[in-house]
Amino acid sequence: MTVSHAEKTSPEASPVTGCPVVEMRRISKAFPGVQALDGVDLRIRPGEVLALVGENGAGKSTLIKILCGAHHADVGEIFIRGRKVHIRSPQDARSLGIVAIYQELSLFPNMSVAENIFISRLPKRQRLPMVNWPRLRQEARRALDMIDARFDTSARVGDLSVAGQQMIEIARAVSSDARVIIMDEPTSALSEHEVNTLFQVIAALKKRGVSIVYITHRLEEVFQVADRITVLRDGKHVGDLPTGEATKEKIVQMMVGRSLNLFPKEIVPIGDEVMRVESLSRDGVFSEISFSVRKGEILGIAGLMGAGRTEIARALFGIDPRDSGELYVGGKKVEINTPVDAIRNGLGLVPEDRKLQALILTMAVRENITLAHLRDFATMGMLNKAKERKDAAQRVRELDIRTPSVEQRVANLSGGNQQKVVIAKWLGVKPKVLILDEPTRGIDVGAKAAIHSLMCKLAASGVGIVMISSELPEIMAMSDRIVVLHEGRITARLTREEATQDRIMMAATGG
Amino acid sequence: MVEDIRGGFWSAVRRIGRAREIGIFLFLVGVYFFLFILKPQFRELDKQLMVARQFSWIAIIAVGMTMIIITEGIDLSVGSVLALAACSMGKLVEQGAGVWTAVGFGLLIGAVCGFLNGLAITKLRLPPFIATLGMMGMARGITYVVTKARYSILPNELVDVLGWGRWLGVPVPVWIMAVVAIVGSIFLRHTTTGRYIYSIGGNEEAARLSGIRVDRVKLIVYTLTGFLAGLGGMVLAARSNTAQPTAGLGSELNVIAAVIVGGTSLSGGEGSVLGTVIGAAILGIIPCGLILFKFPPEWEYVTVGIVIIFAVALDRLKRR
Repeated sequence: MTVSHAEKTSPEASPVTGCPVVEMRRISKAFPGVQALDGVDLRIRPGEVLALVGENGAGKSTLIKILCGAHHADVGEIFIRGRKVHIRSPQDARSLGIVAIYQELSLFPNMSVAENIFISRLPKRQRLPMVNWPRLRQEARRALDMIDARFDTSARVGDLSVAGQQMIEIARAVSSDARVIIMDEPTSALSEHEVNTLFQVIAALKKRGVSIVYITHRLEEVFQVADRITVLRDGKHVGDLPTGEATKEKIVQMMVGRSLNLFPKEIVPIGDEVMRVESLSRDGVFSEISFSVRKGEILGIAGLMGAGRTEIARALFGIDPRDSGELYVGGKKVEINTPVDAIRNGLGLVPEDRKLQALILTMAVRENITLAHLRDFATMGMLNKAKERKDAAQRVRELDIRTPSVEQRVANLSGGNQQKVVIAKWLGVKPKVLILDEPTRGIDVGAKAAIHSLMCKLAASGVGIVMISSELPEIMAMSDRIVVLHEGRITARLTREEATQDRIMMAATGG
Repeated sequence: MVEDIRGGFWSAVRRIGRAREIGIFLFLVGVYFFLFILKPQFRELDKQLMVARQFSWIAIIAVGMTMIIITEGIDLSVGSVLALAACSMGKLVEQGAGVWTAVGFGLLIGAVCGFLNGLAITKLRLPPFIATLGMMGMARGITYVVTKARYSILPNELVDVLGWGRWLGVPVPVWIMAVVAIVGSIFLRHTTTGRYIYSIGGNEEAARLSGIRVDRVKLIVYTLTGFLAGLGGMVLAARSNTAQPTAGLGSELNVIAAVIVGGTSLSGGEGSVLGTVIGAAILGIIPCGLILFKFPPEWEYVTVGIVIIFAVALDRLKRR
């Protein structure tokens, strides 16, 4: 993605002066089981674009949420224009001039542009509780002009493109006198042309003295639009540097450079190819995806969120459609259009979100474990609950699932044990290939290790494993081979020996 | 959250006490004894069986509705479908068809309507509320067209067996209700499809991703309910000697009320046939009680409404 020099915002064009508009000092925040932020400093100067970068889980969103009043810091102070403040709620933040624009836009699709911009402060007719429509249209026009946006104020927001909706959010922020606008992954849904438009708007905002905090994984953009860069890693502030002094390699190194604590991986004999994917494509989501998995092998699929990994897994499993591509299981070509087909052909999928996609929370452990192959427990359609109980109890023992009984409601189990129930469910169908999407997300360290050793055991029994993960240490520790995805394409294939964190990160960010 | 493992009698008592249906069962028992004690007319077994016959047709349909609501669906068309089934049967008999053949045909019509509901929901992806609302109008309309808005008088053969017949002293409709309830309960709790029904209601996405044929299960459930609506329509018609095109008007709400009072949650995933039968009994016994206490019949609506709100509120509180 290249931007012509004329549009590039250079640090010298609008000199950034002295006193920071926002200063966060020694911010720490802990959630149960994890220290999200540990003594982090953040400084934002007026009229500057500050890029906030770090891996998933580094603490970027927590820090921003604290600044916007959605979370409260355990330790630390916040100063706005030199004055100490307590931001207790999003309203507080907004009245201090701090506004955030998230990936999930918070607009009302059925209302007009004007209504959306002024939704919380619609101008009223004098003394009457009725909306002053002419005034509303006027004010909306002024707000849009501030960022040079040429929308019709009565256009229906839902009809606008994502880029357009984003502009409306920016107009809303600007017209409420925001001094700091936080943009979280603003370009993830934009075309190249729309990205350039966004950069022009950012330049206009800078001229008015508005500061932008720009959160992104796309390092090329950082160099195009940011004045300074702040890097977070594992909840700690690694460093600040002006864009002029930075290189991509330097930033990547700051983002990932930690001592690896590899999880124990058993070396397992690797057999014949058990699954092969050829030229899997889906317009606009992923293209020309080809890879293979062998018996006993763990194939790691790395990449950033949004790279298309989950979408590929869903297409393989028959949940989402695909435009082209072929799948071979055990050497034979197969057609998979529904999850039923996938299971019949020996595939299993441990989805990304276990609560929403994999577990029936109101049901018992036993019922969840047997669900994917319930017919094995029935004769002529009638269930044999004793057989179910026995099977479930065995799995609970095998996987060391901590539960008082197999009749316990799954909702009452801890995250790690819930995930084990999901894995137990898939063990039941005796899959040839098991795809795991973020298998240890949201799970504490102890359970993580347990699940990793489970994966190794599975591999040892001849199953081919595909593991999608955003956590580099996990990918590096567990995979025999690694495939890296960036924006729907495979950008690197590495063997276990070849893989380094930097190499994976570079491929994941498009380098 | 370790469960008590003390065995024996008290554990069995505790398990029964924890059963979902215990609350409404005790309520039903309470109302029963209340009437028993205060109204001598109620003490005759015969009278009680007649009360059971009164609500049996609702309970029959409610068994199917229970399954639909467990899947987080709804069927507003049962009132119209029962009329269509009964009136089709009536018209066929009028034209000379054999009584029981006509009954079979009526049941088939019910099943077809249910199947169409299922198709609209699974293939056209219509929300159940909308799909069955449409069927509600269509079935009722077709009923009026077919009968030219006139009722059919039903032959004695049918009325004597289905309406007023008894076996071992118990009215036939009550037997039908019992059989449907028992088969329905076994189906829900002991078959794979029954488990799938609960799974779909508990988390449809997870059920789908686990390889369950969600569409097929939904088709089964709606077709079955259509069939049961037809059966309920037959029982209702037989009791009144006639097949009226206005039969069952508004009854879908009574059926849904029985299911809700019986403890099935509208948000799906849980419920039982036993609860529904108890719910139908409660909603059936209350009007009877009102009559015995010489309340004007309008009070039935008020009390049924109060019972529904009460039952659901109690259920919500228990959940916390």
